[in-house]
Amino acid sequence: MTDPENTVAVPGAPTEAVLDRDGLDELVRVLVRRGRTVIGPTVRDGAIVLDELESADALPYGWGVELEAGQYRVRRRADQAAFAHSAGPQSWKSFLHPERVRQWSAERRPDGVLSVRPEAPQSVSYAFLGVRPCDLRAIRILDRVMGGGRYRDPAYLSRRTGAFLIAVECTEPGATCFCVSMGTGPAADAGFDLALTEVVDAAGHRFLCRSGSPEGAAVLAELPRRDADEPTRAAAASAVSEAAERMGRSMPPVDLRTLMRDTLEAERWDDVTARCLSCGNCTMVCPTCFCTTTEDVTDLTGDHAERWRRWDSCYDLDFSLLHGGPVRATPRSRYRQWLTHKLGTWHDQFDSSGCVGCGRCIVWCPTGIDLTEEAHALHQEATRTESAP
Amino acid sequence: MTTPTTSRPPSLPRLGVFKFASCDGCQLTLLDCEDELLGIAHELDIAHFLEASSDIGTGPYDLSLVEGSVSTPEHVERVRRIRDQSRHLVTIGACATAGGVQALRNYANVEEYLATVYARPEYIETLATSTPISAHVPVDFELRGCPIDRGQLVEVITSFLAGRKPGIPNHAVCFACKRRGNVCVTVAHGTPCLGPVTHAGCGALCPTYGRGCYGCFGPAATTNLPALVPLMHRDGMSDEDVGRFLHTFNVTAFTAVEGEGPG
Repeated sequence: MTDPENTVAVPGAPTEAVLDRDGLDELVRVLVRRGRTVIGPTVRDGAIVLDELESADALPYGWGVELEAGQYRVRRRADQAAFAHSAGPQSWKSFLHPERVRQWSAERRPDGVLSVRPEAPQSVSYAFLGVRPCDLRAIRILDRVMGGGRYRDPAYLSRRTGAFLIAVECTEPGATCFCVSMGTGPAADAGFDLALTEVVDAAGHRFLCRSGSPEGAAVLAELPRRDADEPTRAAAASAVSEAAERMGRSMPPVDLRTLMRDTLEAERWDDVTARCLSCGNCTMVCPTCFCTTTEDVTDLTGDHAERWRRWDSCYDLDFSLLHGGPVRATPRSRYRQWLTHKLGTWHDQFDSSGCVGCGRCIVWCPTGIDLTEEAHALHQEATRTESAP
Repeated sequence: MTTPTTSRPPSLPRLGVFKFASCDGCQLTLLDCEDELLGIAHELDIAHFLEASSDIGTGPYDLSLVEGSVSTPEHVERVRRIRDQSRHLVTIGACATAGGVQALRNYANVEEYLATVYARPEYIETLATSTPISAHVPVDFELRGCPIDRGQLVEVITSFLAGRKPGIPNHAVCFACKRRGNVCVTVAHGTPCLGPVTHAGCGALCPTYGRGCYGCFGPAATTNLPALVPLMHRDGMSDEDVGRFLHTFNVTAFTAVEGEGPG
């Protein structure tokens, strides 16, 4: 795991440099040589998805995205920027907390004795290229949920421990982004091995690169690079600060935890329920939604059994099924559970918000339910109720 | 006490496969279970399966798989006899669980259909409606799809043998689609898709190949068609198109939830 404290520079190793496109090419090559499975953005099926990169050529050079509630389109850009897009249909959760994981298997021998074999830890060594600051925060939240507390998840930790994170600061936020409201971006402060800021201007296409860990510095030392110059630093800083001014969405300027707590009986929940399909898409694309269920699988003989864990969702009627029926039988109760947990009770459970402002749930909701709009509406309803005589 | 030198093999649970009004595709799914077929034959006595063997064993059956809808007066009697002979009765496929494509006649004039399709309609004896098996006899489990999914059929048989509940989720196709890592065809391409209201089980087969789900597994446990229909209009479908989309493979099942809001 990237240790934010462990940022002591290796003597002689660079902590900041400027890379050209060939530097990015070499970055992927160096990581592959170091035995890393490199995951990053690439264009597939009309979207910028996360997938294994064999080389930096697969990066979405020249592609951007146009986002709206319930709508996503890739668009050609006038320039050849590689990272001028925002969150896509998956998050890094898909790799750190895969949708289906075997937990153990059991055999019944002919004499009837059972032997149970725990699942061996995953030996993959990931490098994530293009982690946005909001997603960096999401990984930190997952670290607490999956890797913290009394019950640490070995499946998560085996993928997460030692993963090499290359953050890319945001310079082209989407219409559904609100990281500024959630305090998670668009700049990357800590928790990365390397951080890139893409600059495309008259002086050329380049990346300001900072190391955030000894391994990051060691990798940077192997890349073709030049010393960071003041114009590149200034261009990078202004691209990020301008991005902060161009957020497509914002949350109401109130304490969201209190808002969620105090609006449990608001009429707005009925309004949003009329638009909610209970399809679970928001939870599947959310970079911090972690809920799972178990599936016990047997073979035809009954001599071999396996326990699998797969993603589940609070929108699934069976998710809260107990003896006698589901606890949250109505779509209203399920939507309310999701939003109040994400923005409110997550604080009680994990000491932070569960929302990082990436906007994926807004984009990938088929009917375009926008949690920022819902939060504003709840806030307005609460204000009206307060001011009513 | 003497130890017997030979012992009779324990009797295997008896399997019956039966067909009503249907195309046979769902029962053929059992024969398509190439890797598992020998295992199934090893664990079950396949007593009645006309697509596989003319060696017909009489009942009773421990597990009956029933394909097809009740479509003729004779079917009404026969399904009761099969139920009487079956410890567990599982219906397989859209015909057996929702009446199938042939249930389109439930919303039309059967006499007109007969006159259009058959040269000598007087030879045809049919009911005015095509109905699921569950409209006539108690059913222990319904396996959806047109056709059913092979993996789900093996799961139903395996869970029967183990005496446990089948692991068949009741949620929407979207759950499977996202787990598979697909890009949403509605959000990213503007393709009309019934995935958000359709019962999972196919592994999101159609969206995986870039086309919209056409609902062959019928409605999911919860649906909200009034919220989905405007998206289909936005993406270029007329009212008639939407009607056809919903009213094909599971016409009765989607009609039942069509006007309902979130449920």
